[in-house]
Amino acid sequence: MKTYDLVIIGGGSAGLAAALEAKKEGVDNLIILEKEPYLGGILQQCIHNGFGLVQFKEQLSGPEYAQRYIDLVNENHIPYLLETMVYEITKDKEIYYTNKQDGVCCIKARAIIMATGCIERTAGAIQLEGARVSGIMTAGLAQKYMNIEGYMVGKKVFILGSGDIGLIMARRCMLEGAKVLGVAEIMPYSNGLNRNIVQCLNDFDIPLYLSHTVKKVVGKDRVEKIIIAKVDDKMNYIPGSEKEFDCDTLILSVGLIPYNPLLEKLNIALNPKTKGVNVNQDYESEFEGIFSCGNSLHVHDLVDYVSKEATLAAKGAVKYLKNNKQEEKVYKTVAGRGINYVLPQQFSYQKDSKIDFKFRVSKPFKACSIVIKNNDSVVRIIKKLYLLPAEMEIISLDMNAITNPSDLVFEIKEDF
Amino acid sequence: MKELICIVCPRGCHLTIDDNNNVTGNMCPRGKQYALNEITNPTRMVTSTVKVDSKLFKRLPVITSKEVSKSKMFEVVKALDGIVVKPPVYLHDVIIKDVCGLGVDIIATRTILE
Ligand SMILES: Cc1cc2nc3c(=O)[nH]c(=O)nc-3n(C[C@H](O)[C@H](O)[C@H](O)COP(=O)(O)OP(=O)(O)OC[C@H]3O[C@@H](n4cnc5c(N)ncnc54)[C@H](O)[C@@H]3O)c2cc1C
Ligand code: SF4
Repeated sequence: MKTYDLVIIGGGSAGLAAALEAKKEGVDNLIILEKEPYLGGILQQCIHNGFGLVQFKEQLSGPEYAQRYIDLVNENHIPYLLETMVYEITKDKEIYYTNKQDGVCCIKARAIIMATGCIERTAGAIQLEGARVSGIMTAGLAQKYMNIEGYMVGKKVFILGSGDIGLIMARRCMLEGAKVLGVAEIMPYSNGLNRNIVQCLNDFDIPLYLSHTVKKVVGKDRVEKIIIAKVDDKMNYIPGSEKEFDCDTLILSVGLIPYNPLLEKLNIALNPKTKGVNVNQDYESEFEGIFSCGNSLHVHDLVDYVSKEATLAAKGAVKYLKNNKQEEKVYKTVAGRGINYVLPQQFSYQKDSKIDFKFRVSKPFKACSIVIKNNDSVVRIIKKLYLLPAEMEIISLDMNAITNPSDLVFEIKEDF
Repeated sequence: MKELICIVCPRGCHLTIDDNNNVTGNMCPRGKQYALNEITNPTRMVTSTVKVDSKLFKRLPVITSKEVSKSKMFEVVKALDGIVVKPPVYLHDVIIKDVCGLGVDIIATRTILE
């Protein structure tokens, strides 16, 4: 059986950036396994621009951003296998995959980086009521149909959920000649980036119905009509608030979930909030030598941060491979009031180091402070004009600012 | 006074522009330029796809080389109808020169070799 120092599962932006960093740090015996016939992952269908401002200080489209990394992977002669589906990982880090050339194959890894991306929540996941007809699809699938396969998804479209991919698809459908009748969002605020509300909805006069959801889908074979209704703060329909739309397509943009079926067999617990594994600052999971980054760890809105995170996971893997790990006391991060989750979930204290802590708020805040506490003494306070669940926050914390290491609590205080 | 959200980068700064064209709320100079454009001649980048005659791919993603006037977006997308590109096509190859006479090119955003 062939043994690799490092096997990277998934050749999307996370996998590519991880491979490049590991190679740079001197790991030559590595490979990327990718199930699609091309590298780049989900970015290849995100043809709009707005990527790369953090990493490259330029506005790139998804495929352009991906191409930069693919070119570097090729220049650095990093091996990869395409159309190669990993279907099992064992406790001994044996990796089983299938592809056309090798059939079923098994390789062994000393370290593994999981970079398998995320999947979309579907109609089943949100218990959509009414007819099970054609014309209902997730936004990512609609994006793939239009941008990769090249066909229109419908003529009269309604969108449920204000996630970014749904907003991007609203504009895409309009520009390609379809009519987008509206976007309904069950929460009282949008889940997408503000810029996408402006350039995808406002630019095309597409109405956004906040605190609204689809109550019923009507149709025989294909969607013919949908009924939306307003909900109160307990998510119950408000009688008499129904509106009807004649449409042939319902696009769902109701959330993404990290894709981790390969880890289930290893009995690694998934975090109930992120739906990814718990990691330390080296992005190592509870399972020694298995690292995770990108959308399979937690859902990102910006690919730039995916690439950065993957670099850290690769550095962690290199450290592990060089056996540079010392036994250190481990502390926890705690998501306090107003915070949905904090990553990494564990960290060890090292003097003169910095750790990037990432978190999302659980609802929108205006004029507030992010408070980071430790054993009841305040480590840091950061004032913010606004914080949105749609935007991941990153705080780089200098460990020297902590005199007495202990668990770190993150919370939001309103009004200053 | 007008309130705007800067769309130049994902930070999405909340901008205000007063009657004397003073811009506040921008975290970088691009926000100021954006606000000034937005109240005179709003412009947008346009992305779409064209047909590609390739073994592996059906569509080639494309983008405008510069921003175009917001009111011309539909015209630009219409001009892509019926275009078929033959590989090899490289990143940033010009697919249509001076689209709709706007002084802007349509360029490829993906390399497709065969
Ligand atoms: C539909 C959609 C649209 C998005 N649009 C935007 C956007 O407009 N702007 C933005 O900044 N971000 C966007 N995102 C977020 C985007 O996913 C991240 O920015 C980033 O591209 C994720 O990179 P990744 O490598 O973690 O995941 P991916 O790019 O999804 O890569 C995961 C890779 O793993 C492969 N894989 C999975 N399982 C296996 C297996 N068992 N064996 C082998 N290979 C496997 C997949 O084929 C895929 O190539 C979008 C996400 C989705 C889902
Ligand atoms: S003002 Fe600058 S930082 Fe703020 S959104 Fe615009 S481009 Fe981004």
